[in-house]
Amino acid sequence: MWKHSLLILILLPMLMQAQRRLEIGHRAAEKVIAQQDKFITPEGKGLPAGKGTAIEGKLVFERRCSRCHGQKAEGADDAALAGGIGSLGKPKELRTVGSYWPHAPGIWDYVNRAMPFKDPGSLAPDQVYAVVAYILNLNGLWDETAELNAAELSKIQMPNKNGFIKDARPDVNRNR
Amino acid sequence: MSSDSSRRRWLKYSAAVGGLLTGCTPNTNQPPGQEEDVVNLLGRVVSKYGERSPDQKITRLPGTNKHLEASSSLTPLAQTMGIITPSALHFERHHAGIPTLQEAGYELLLHGLVAEPLTFTLNDLRSFPSASQINFVECSGNSGREWSAKVSADVQTGFGLASCSEWTGVKLSSLLQEAGLKPAGKWVIAEGADACRMHRSIPIDKALKDILVAYGQNGEALRPEQGYPLRLIVPGWEGNVCVKWLRQLKVTAEPLASREETSKYTDMMPNGKARQYTFDMEAKSVITAPSGGQRILKRGYVEITGLAWTGKGRIDAVEITTDSGKSWQRAKLQEPRLANAFTRFRFDWMWDGLATQIASRAVDETGYVQPSRDSLLAVRGANSHYHFNGIKVWQVGAEGSVTHVEA
Repeated sequence: MWKHSLLILILLPMLMQAQRRLEIGHRAAEKVIAQQDKFITPEGKGLPAGKGTAIEGKLVFERRCSRCHGQKAEGADDAALAGGIGSLGKPKELRTVGSYWPHAPGIWDYVNRAMPFKDPGSLAPDQVYAVVAYILNLNGLWDETAELNAAELSKIQMPNKNGFIKDARPDVNRNR
Repeated sequence: MSSDSSRRRWLKYSAAVGGLLTGCTPNTNQPPGQEEDVVNLLGRVVSKYGERSPDQKITRLPGTNKHLEASSSLTPLAQTMGIITPSALHFERHHAGIPTLQEAGYELLLHGLVAEPLTFTLNDLRSFPSASQINFVECSGNSGREWSAKVSADVQTGFGLASCSEWTGVKLSSLLQEAGLKPAGKWVIAEGADACRMHRSIPIDKALKDILVAYGQNGEALRPEQGYPLRLIVPGWEGNVCVKWLRQLKVTAEPLASREETSKYTDMMPNGKARQYTFDMEAKSVITAPSGGQRILKRGYVEITGLAWTGKGRIDAVEITTDSGKSWQRAKLQEPRLANAFTRFRFDWMWDGLATQIASRAVDETGYVQPSRDSLLAVRGANSHYHFNGIKVWQVGAEGSVTHVEA
């Protein structure tokens, strides 16, 4: 008897937990999840099939990207994507994909989801791989003729991969 | 009799127009008696949706960059009153324009490390226990110009990427509980339905603590530029994590470290390393009147007023200097002082007509004291872009001009 009441005492909170569900919302269909879950991890999980070279990417870049980012991704109206490696923290700091971005799958993700600015999502996966290969090539991180794909992209070591640290605030003296 | 009546009508008209042009303060130069004439003029009929008086002109200040879809507009904080920002003046910061979304057919997806992945319509979300909270939202790039030698000349350009509203919605914790959060779930990735599907990773502790999935702002549905029909409100944290046009929440074990949490919204330190996941907005304040670009009209009584806020809870005190930093005195704080909301402060000042510098500094409930610009720069350098919360100093000239102080 005593044992039983102890069991109930232990189980009661768990039962209550289960009852808390308000039965609001609908179970999400796998299809809906697959449509929306396009996230790509820093390790490259989520990268789709596809391939491209920097030579191919140059053609895409000049047509779709260079007007804002410059012929050689040196920057124009919008951000420079190449150069500046080793410049962080120096007087002539230049933050680019090559100098600042810590992992390569993130480049694919951002080009795919947000570029070209006026028509995001309009590049096919092969075109995105090609453009990323070209940007990496301009940064000296990928051979011009080598074929870039999900596995290769995930292996690339970005120069600034160890460039990020934890928030250390509050960090400023409380001098009234 | 008839000429008397038309003269009377003309007086009413001129008094009304005169009022429009001068700002219609109670102490105009109208002779006594004419106000009655204005009052007697039959006014407009009722309407469905109100508009402000046509003589009220304050607006947001839009950016000037090439792509206004990836730009910002700044709240005129020196002209707004109290602590609530009118929805139409709440600052904007978009990354790929304002999407045109409708409530019909809109669904929020919640999946990942949960027992059951769920979708919610707006009606579903409104069926949950609801909550309202008054919170500021501040872009972490607010006051970014203060890091540079060219500091801002006025409150709107220097501090206008902050606003405060009453937000209504459902607690994110309610949704996570409904779906059955798994113990391995340590982060929530929130993604918007804008063209670039802007998204951020948020630690689960914060998600369970006080994040609101908001559908309401200041008593009505969110404005399109504020995320209609759905956005996150993450109290006290940088505005970028308050993902607008929210359509997907994915519970994960690790953060994504995607573009907006690596190449942007990270704080570069002098050693070339950048701080990442710097979510908190630390205590900050600014005198909104008298402030840069304004003018003190005469010696004697001047009400100093402004706003203070902190992402670490409540504002405990605001101190004012009117003698260029030699001494600091406590300002009066308007109640209620709410956590992670604007707090209005006021200070009675008798100005002696001499040139001086005035400034405010906030102290929050953790005891943190708003630092000077110099002490911030001494630790973080001038290149960290985000999270500037240094003291803002205004120069008062002997002739009553108020200007910024060159760095």
